[in-house]
Amino acid sequence: MDATVELDCRDMLCPRPIIELARHLADVEVGQVIAVVAGDVAARADVPAWCRMRSQEYLGEDTADDGVPRYLVRRLS
Amino acid sequence: MIEQALEHGYADPRRLHGPARNARILLDNAREATAEALGVRPDEVTFTPSGTHAVHLGVLGLLAGSARAGSHLVASAVEHASVMHAGEWHAARGGSFTTIPVDPLGRVVDQPALEATVVALQAANHEVGTVQPVAAFAERAPLFLDACASAGRLALPEGWAAAAASAHKWGGPAGIGLLLVRKGVRWRNPFPGDDRVDERATGMENVPGALAAAAALQAVVAERDEVGPRQRALIDRIRSAVSTIADTEVVGDPVDRLPHLVTFSFLYVDGEAIVTELDRRGFGVASGSACTASTLQPSHVLAAMGALTHGNLRISLTRETTDAEVDGLLAVLPGIVADLRAEAGV
Repeated sequence: MDATVELDCRDMLCPRPIIELARHLADVEVGQVIAVVAGDVAARADVPAWCRMRSQEYLGEDTADDGVPRYLVRRLS
Repeated sequence: MIEQALEHGYADPRRLHGPARNARILLDNAREATAEALGVRPDEVTFTPSGTHAVHLGVLGLLAGSARAGSHLVASAVEHASVMHAGEWHAARGGSFTTIPVDPLGRVVDQPALEATVVALQAANHEVGTVQPVAAFAERAPLFLDACASAGRLALPEGWAAAAASAHKWGGPAGIGLLLVRKGVRWRNPFPGDDRVDERATGMENVPGALAAAAALQAVVAERDEVGPRQRALIDRIRSAVSTIADTEVVGDPVDRLPHLVTFSFLYVDGEAIVTELDRRGFGVASGSACTASTLQPSHVLAAMGALTHGNLRISLTRETTDAEVDGLLAVLPGIVADLRAEAGV
């Protein structure tokens, strides 16, 4: 899936990738997709949990070109 | 009593000489007191070297006893690591091991069509406190009950075939676990075993430790009607105060839960940092966040519930925790969270 913005959080530990996601959500328009590339395993639980708490849409997980997990979020508000 | 046990309980209770007979009597006393406190038969109680070992014996022993019926172990996704490790061990030796999901409160989702040789389920969750629907699952397969988090604090639920508990969790000594196997249940030792008086025990029992564990359990059960409601009220206060802090998730069942613990997560907060800040102010708390774990994995319990895993704190009350101590914690917590969020730039 294409993301309008992709955040490189490869070398960050929890909760940094979630903080970056929150700070950069406004970089995309409502309806667009922002991606978080994060090697830290906590992101797998925490990106969906953040979406639920912040009423954004979690679209799922794929992988970046280098194989690092990439988590996709659609901005709803 | 403990001094007496240390003085007279050193001998091998299996032998026939005088000191050994004394040790045997003390061990039998510990077994009877433990059985009475838990509402089980004395011959259903085995002392083990740890709660973890009791879990392994319980899970794998029920599987061994049902080997002709099948080899499929099912456990909830929020079981303690000792159950998960037993399941992985079983699967690595040709059996199968699957988990069943939980709802957002951490309660296992009912499985009317469950097919299992043995099902492993906790009485209550050790991290979030949620009580599990044990009776419903006990109707579907022989049930191993992990009572490590609840034993003494809550009465054992009905329906289990084997169960495990851990003395240090109720204020007894470390190094004493309990394996409970219901009379008439098909249980076989999954390990090499031993030639003890109790066929389920391995190695010489820690007689003084077993007596200390039994005495502590009796005390906890005797005061449970007084301590439990007091702890419940304190936890209710913590839950409601913490939920007023912005972007905070209090997890677990608010009502049907263990009396003495609560878990919550603060969005954007580093779990290790908040544990350190509280420790500096004299509050010893636990965390399920990845950065606080030796494995660097977040809590599998929180992940299975879909709960936030970072910024996580678990508060466990002791029987002596006071209103003033809880007030002290609640007074400093909002400021610590605000400072850590400011440092993180959110």
